[in-house]
Amino acid sequence: MRRGLVPRRFFVADTNFIQSREVVVKLTKDEVRHVAELAKLQLSDAELEEYAGQLGQILTYAQQIQSVDTSAVPPTPQVLPLSNVLAEDASQASLSNDQAVDNAPDADDGYFRVIAVFDDSGA
Amino acid sequence: MGGQNSTEQLTSLGVAEAGAGLAAGRFTSVDLTQAFLERIERVDGSLHAFLRTTPAEALEAASEADRARADGDSRPLLGIPLAIKDVLMTAGIETTAGSRILEGFVPPYSATAVKKLKAAGTVILGKTNTDEFAMGSSTENSGYGPTRNPWDLERVPGGSSGGSAAAVAADEAPAALGTDTGGSVRQPAAFCGIVGLKPSYGRVSRYGLIAYGSSLDQIGPITKTVADAALLLEAVAGVDPQDSTTLPVDAPDFSAALTGEAAGMRIGIPHEYFVEGIQPEVEAAVRAAIEQFASLGAEIVPIHLPNTELALPVYYLVVTAEASANLARYDGIRFGLSVDGETIFDHFRQTRGAGFGSEVKRRIMLGAYALSAGYYDAYYLKAQQVRTLIKQDFDRAFTDVDVILSPTSPTTAFRIGEKVDDPLAMILTDIFTTGANLAGLCGISIPCGFDAGGLPIGLQLLGPSLGEERILRAAYAYEQSTDWRLRRPEL
Repeated sequence: MRRGLVPRRFFVADTNFIQSREVVVKLTKDEVRHVAELAKLQLSDAELEEYAGQLGQILTYAQQIQSVDTSAVPPTPQVLPLSNVLAEDASQASLSNDQAVDNAPDADDGYFRVIAVFDDSGA
Repeated sequence: MGGQNSTEQLTSLGVAEAGAGLAAGRFTSVDLTQAFLERIERVDGSLHAFLRTTPAEALEAASEADRARADGDSRPLLGIPLAIKDVLMTAGIETTAGSRILEGFVPPYSATAVKKLKAAGTVILGKTNTDEFAMGSSTENSGYGPTRNPWDLERVPGGSSGGSAAAVAADEAPAALGTDTGGSVRQPAAFCGIVGLKPSYGRVSRYGLIAYGSSLDQIGPITKTVADAALLLEAVAGVDPQDSTTLPVDAPDFSAALTGEAAGMRIGIPHEYFVEGIQPEVEAAVRAAIEQFASLGAEIVPIHLPNTELALPVYYLVVTAEASANLARYDGIRFGLSVDGETIFDHFRQTRGAGFGSEVKRRIMLGAYALSAGYYDAYYLKAQQVRTLIKQDFDRAFTDVDVILSPTSPTTAFRIGEKVDDPLAMILTDIFTTGANLAGLCGISIPCGFDAGGLPIGLQLLGPSLGEERILRAAYAYEQSTDWRLRRPEL
């Protein structure tokens, strides 16, 4: 059963206990680089190293949920007893164009200016 | 200001006390606001609870409140100064969420909760420090430097609403708003010896709250007394057409729940929350509080929440997944920091790499990993399924008991720097609080003692969804039968 796998000292500041777990998750620097690319984060080499270790440690800790039998358990993405909350299809007051672009690092004539998404070489 | 109302006396007041003084004409809102601004000026250099104050706007709002009172307005919050956590948008006032990526961002609109408090006549003193995007348990992750605990300047105030909690504990504000995603109102309230209330999910609109974990975030009051928490909750609660996740119920008169009686209440004590690892003084104080409830006539009921140990890992998978999606909006194009790159994607990478702090990057990475192809089912979906089991534990318990009692945190405030290099040790401080967010419950932390070093200990009372009246009633009865709230930090 699951309970036997879960350490009792689960919230003490000493995290050495996770070494004794059956499943230790290790992330390679390449895996961390892949995730950083998914998240569009520029990371230094030192950060890649650091996160590889720390994410592995946290995921190892999170492994304990794998031992729970959830074959007949529906997921809970949110807790409210609400569905399809509808609003009347009517226009309402909104931000002005000036307000909307007021915080933009680079705005031009009421538009956000961005670097071209597609290069124009036709390649 | 006359000698009778010295600055020192005015700043020791909570919301209800200050309201009574204003109503009786003993002082004006301008007197009160001036006193708090002076207090902030005097002590915040050592605390850093505020990221910025707004004295001109505050004094103007105070004058307006005084004029309204002269015209017969007697609403309970009229002219009461408040501090607002910097993850809540305030129109015209810089809002950074404690992040360098939002430095200089001036929101064009206010959060619904802020709008409601302004409409109730309150005065905003300023914006309080927070862990960056509310990600943390110590306020050390702020992009603008840590906040210190007023009880011991070498220690953290807790987090992520550490600025709000420190401000209230240090008499820099009568009360404040915080936000609680996994304990971020309750744990800093416990570390600072005051009251923190996390409303049920859906009780308070999240519109204008800078999103972290959307299925978990709630805005809640941080106050000196239980009665003040009831007053503020009443002001901010209620359905909001701008937030489709608000529950369609009107806010009841929460203050009416404060009867001073706990007799007959059934108080559940979860076996799983009292295992090895709690600081002995915390356990002793909480056990003494259980005795106190029994002497007040409450029925103490041992209960089981068998999936307790799974709450933290589930919380960290769910909250980081939601965060990685929510924080995708920081792209350096529409607002915030912008760092040039060769291509649009390079622009995103450079901006986000430079603008986010290390804890935020770590959580985005963890969330992106848990949502990525090949891992989604094993981590994110699995966590959502186990979340169901955690919720069912609480649902079952609340068929038998009115409230659930536990420590708020396994320890008192820890030293600044003690856990910064160990993200796992840091997240483990949230062990007793995350369950309420996963299950959508309400919870309150109130003072229940001090450790040998003189640091405050917090007691947590959890109630079912929309059960705020129960936890307020129990908390008030306990508070009124003890005098922990009378001890104040010396600054």
